Amino acid sequence: MSAQSGTDSTLAPERVDAVSCLRSRHLLSIEDLTPEEILLILDTSVAMKEIGTRPIKKVPTLRGKTVVNLFLEPSTRTRISFEIAEKRLSADTLNVAGGTSSLLKGETLSDTVRNIEAMVPDMIVVRHASSGACHLLLDICNARVINAGDGMHEHPTQALLDAFTIREYKPSIDGLKVVIVGDLLHSRVLRSNILLLRALGADVWVCGPPTLMVPGIDRFGVHATTSLDRAVTDADVVMLLRVQLERMHGHFLPSLREYFRLFGMTTERLRRAKPDVIIMHPGPMNRGVEISSEVADGPYSVILDQVSNGVAIRMAVLYLLAGVGVGEDQVHQ
Amino acid sequence: MAVVMEADRIGRTLVRIAHELVERNRGVDEIALVGIRTRGVPMARRLAHNLLEIAGDEVPTGALDITLYRDDLMRHPVGPQPVLRRTEVSFSIDDRKILLVDDVLYTGRTIRAALDALIDFGRPRSIQLIVLVDRGHRELPIKADYVGKNLPTSLQQSVQVRLAEIDGVDEVVIEDVAFTERDIASERPA
Repeated sequence: MSAQSGTDSTLAPERVDAVSCLRSRHLLSIEDLTPEEILLILDTSVAMKEIGTRPIKKVPTLRGKTVVNLFLEPSTRTRISFEIAEKRLSADTLNVAGGTSSLLKGETLSDTVRNIEAMVPDMIVVRHASSGACHLLLDICNARVINAGDGMHEHPTQALLDAFTIREYKPSIDGLKVVIVGDLLHSRVLRSNILLLRALGADVWVCGPPTLMVPGIDRFGVHATTSLDRAVTDADVVMLLRVQLERMHGHFLPSLREYFRLFGMTTERLRRAKPDVIIMHPGPMNRGVEISSEVADGPYSVILDQVSNGVAIRMAVLYLLAGVGVGEDQVHQ
Repeated sequence: MAVVMEADRIGRTLVRIAHELVERNRGVDEIALVGIRTRGVPMARRLAHNLLEIAGDEVPTGALDITLYRDDLMRHPVGPQPVLRRTEVSFSIDDRKILLVDDVLYTGRTIRAALDALIDFGRPRSIQLIVLVDRGHRELPIKADYVGKNLPTSLQQSVQVRLAEIDGVDEVVIEDVAFTERDIASERPA
């Protein structure tokens, strides 16, 4: 069911739910979710998005719950998005940022989390530069953990908001040709998106320079190519990834200008795609590197929709995880 | 299981309520219907249809999901969250007379949640409550303005309203649920 189908008639018929809850207490990876659970999150987000259109953009659902946003790597969009989502659900939120925390005084991540845990938060949202950092937390805390991006591993809420945005423009993700272009090697957004898009039946193509290609990526069931023209041909969705210079400790690219010439998305290149193609970017964008300004601000771009939808997705994830039981795998009716 | 209202009776009741509310509000000016999901929504739509026939005017109709306002959310340590559905109130409720529509009035907790939800959309001139069945056992000081049928029940009974749009059939049934397997299991000491 598309996200838009509820809008044409005020009183749309009820949807039948395959599942009504998540099995896991945490959201660390798209791998933890079944396709039915992914659809539950996406459908719940449709209802959450409506709250953002009201005069009073707040519901009392998470009143009295404490959510800690532990962001140990720079972030604008994701941190603000989580914080707005938490506030719209009436949770009490507090932010711990890398630069102002005791981690600078030499405290380890485990000790920081043990101390936060001692103040009994209900949920911890974690952004960390090391892959797998969230998994480390599971053993030392009782709070529900949400991965807001761990190193080069995963960024599950980004993939969910990308899928939500695609569903606003396309009737179904099943069978769409989705092309992901850019710095594949360093991208957690890529990993989460491949897992999610494959789970929902998309035909996924990845494209980037050989130095930034992920070895063995075809085992995820995707087509890999270094030819952008070939990848973009007949694409329904083109998703651009940021060139992550801060993670490149070596010579991966001769120059950014050459990168733009071979892999930058331009209006010219886009002509090979389907006429109703949409252009996505998880942000922050490097204009003139992976995308031309003309495309970024053009009619096919849904980049700002992605940002708006991120709040709804995070509200849905917070709401659904708050209901999962103390024991694992509680599926009560 | 006993059928206490059949399709004909439900249809006539919704016509009668439509007449009543036209009379009490002196027409349908500034009126809007808001159905509480799930079964309040088709009821609201049928009432809007009846009002169009009686008064000749389209009445704005919306749907309200009260899940996020429930007072029993997060109170149980285990168990899934209720499934969230869309709230669709596409008109301004400011200064309108809102007619809130639900199928069964029981503890009054759903209506309390619906009032909180509605007030987040603006400041209506008034809110009136329409229910198909009032089964008693209120736990909050809430009362309906228009009642299809007053149905005295015991706490061991359950009242089910079924509507064609959702259930394929129009009927109201009353069932004894005192000794279902689930209740017996939950009362047994662990």
